[in-house]
Amino acid sequence: MAPPSYYMILSAVLFCIGVSGVLLRRNVLIIFMSIELMLNAVNLAFVSLSRAWGSVDGQSIVFFVMTVAAAEAAVGLGIILATFRNRATVNADEINLMRW
Amino acid sequence: MLAELIIGAIKAIIVLLMVLNLSAILLWFERKGSALIQDRVGANRAAIVGVGRRLGLPNLGFVNTLMADPLKLFTKEDFVPAGADRFLHALAPFLAMFPVLITFAVVPFGDTLIIGDRSINLQAANLNVAALYILATIGLGVYGVSLGGWASNNRWALLGGIRATAQMISYELAMGLAIVSMVMTYGTLDLQLMCREQGGVWFGFLPRWGIFVQPLAFLLLLTAGMAESKRVPFDLPEGESELIAGYFTEYSGGKQAVFMLVDFAEIVLVSALVTTFFFGGWQFPWLYPDGFHLPGGAFFHLPNLAVAIIQIITFTLKVVAFCWLQILLRWTLPRFRYDQLMRLGWKGLLPLGLLNVAVTACVIVFGGV
Amino acid sequence: MPLWLFIFLAALAIIGAAGVVLQRHPVHSLLSLVMTLVVIAVLFIGLGAATVGFLQMIVYAGAIMVLFLFVIWLLNLQSQPLEPGHLALKFLGSLGSAALIAELLLFVVHPPPAITQNRAVAMDFGSIGRLAQSLFTDYLIAFEATSVLLLVGVIGGVALARRTTAGGGGAPGGTP
Repeated sequence: MAPPSYYMILSAVLFCIGVSGVLLRRNVLIIFMSIELMLNAVNLAFVSLSRAWGSVDGQSIVFFVMTVAAAEAAVGLGIILATFRNRATVNADEINLMRW
Repeated sequence: MLAELIIGAIKAIIVLLMVLNLSAILLWFERKGSALIQDRVGANRAAIVGVGRRLGLPNLGFVNTLMADPLKLFTKEDFVPAGADRFLHALAPFLAMFPVLITFAVVPFGDTLIIGDRSINLQAANLNVAALYILATIGLGVYGVSLGGWASNNRWALLGGIRATAQMISYELAMGLAIVSMVMTYGTLDLQLMCREQGGVWFGFLPRWGIFVQPLAFLLLLTAGMAESKRVPFDLPEGESELIAGYFTEYSGGKQAVFMLVDFAEIVLVSALVTTFFFGGWQFPWLYPDGFHLPGGAFFHLPNLAVAIIQIITFTLKVVAFCWLQILLRWTLPRFRYDQLMRLGWKGLLPLGLLNVAVTACVIVFGGV
Repeated sequence: MPLWLFIFLAALAIIGAAGVVLQRHPVHSLLSLVMTLVVIAVLFIGLGAATVGFLQMIVYAGAIMVLFLFVIWLLNLQSQPLEPGHLALKFLGSLGSAALIAELLLFVVHPPPAITQNRAVAMDFGSIGRLAQSLFTDYLIAFEATSVLLLVGVIGGVALARRTTAGGGGAPGGTP
């Protein structure tokens, strides 16, 4: 049996890979995917703790995270499409109109 | 423990072989069926070195479709177009095949079989969230066709892949809603329990099948299922006159054979689901675990093994009947236009499915069923 | 879940996650992500949370990722080389990862006592009934709020992705 701490470590590693994706890549879509990866790493932590403490609450939170991720994907991809239409780029460094 | 493992493996292999064989036979079924509908003779070549004809037997073309076709396909060159993504191009057919095949794991093909002191549940995997599992695997089926279209580096293929993806995710909603209303009706997500619920008769003659409770959900599931399998009334993704062959334009040889097999396996899948949800699965009217209880009060005792065999045969025959129905529809109906397809999915089936779920919920809450 | 199976799945998940960051083509990144998501769903099921695991497959792998795939195709994104990182980012990143590795090592050597063992759970743990009980009693308000959130998300997505006819940036001849 893998103890819960192993799941937590896996979750931390996945989360960090997600963070590195946000920091290293400049493609907006890949940054977005890395954010989804981070959300999933957190989900994994929730479910493993839910199992460790024998309580369903963690799974309920995962359910909410999924719904929020779905809404976020719909709006976020809409923003990416709208930006692409105006600036013809998906590079985060070139989307700099609001920057000073 | 080891015995459990072996029994599980045997059940899984039997289900897999049944599905693959039925899909291959459907290929012949479809040729003969289309010939029947169009008043032709149909596949009638390639007898076994002329033996059948010398004996004066009618040549049904069985050998042709079951042996000559695969031989032809698998000996052809496996061509990969220039600029294609070689890895994904090779992966795509199997990515399409895999989800369809694993979905059959939760379809029950019989009740309990008792051998010695061991009772075997005739279902490859007994899952208590089987309905969710079906939706999950069908959802994963999208990737095979979409990547097949994309990896070919061909515009028609990509268009076909996009159409297939859009169509599949649109009709998944209607399919999911139909399954949800059945889950509400039976109060369980376990397909084996659903089948057991459908045993017995109403008023002495009407089997307690799901179709009599939820006729609308049956139509939704059948329509959405046919759309998922991307065959003629819904064959926009591979519309020959517009897109050559859609997402598998650039496939040849064995990989194309796999894509064709996926189509037929999907027909079997839709038939199996419709049978399980709406036509009692393995239930044979008046057959109970201990034998036949006929309406007049007559009773024939049957041993458990005989009951199990009758159930398996019943299930297979029901599945074959629905495969035949789908082939009939495929050769009868003309193709939709793309906007009609989307309108049917989003403005027709989806509201109907929501309405069905709402009505079912009201009946359960207020009717006290 | 036996330890060897966990290690195998964890390796798959990490390979997939690394693929998201390191693959050059967005479609390949996306496929790596799908692999990770499916592996995480399998881990959920192994942890006894079957309902959430299959929901993860339906919602994430079956719906959200397909949406991403559509957008990648719509924008016709091609392979891009990986960008060289900024020096400051590299420095910060090394510091951060060193701290993280130290923390993880500490975690392996001395796991907090609360999470070294799984508690015994009932047979129906993670079944749809238990989840629904929790959702419709303790989290009812949050549950209703998510339905509003989804509605807002749908409206927002449509409003953002719609081509405005009056002067907006619509490509020529491309009204759907």
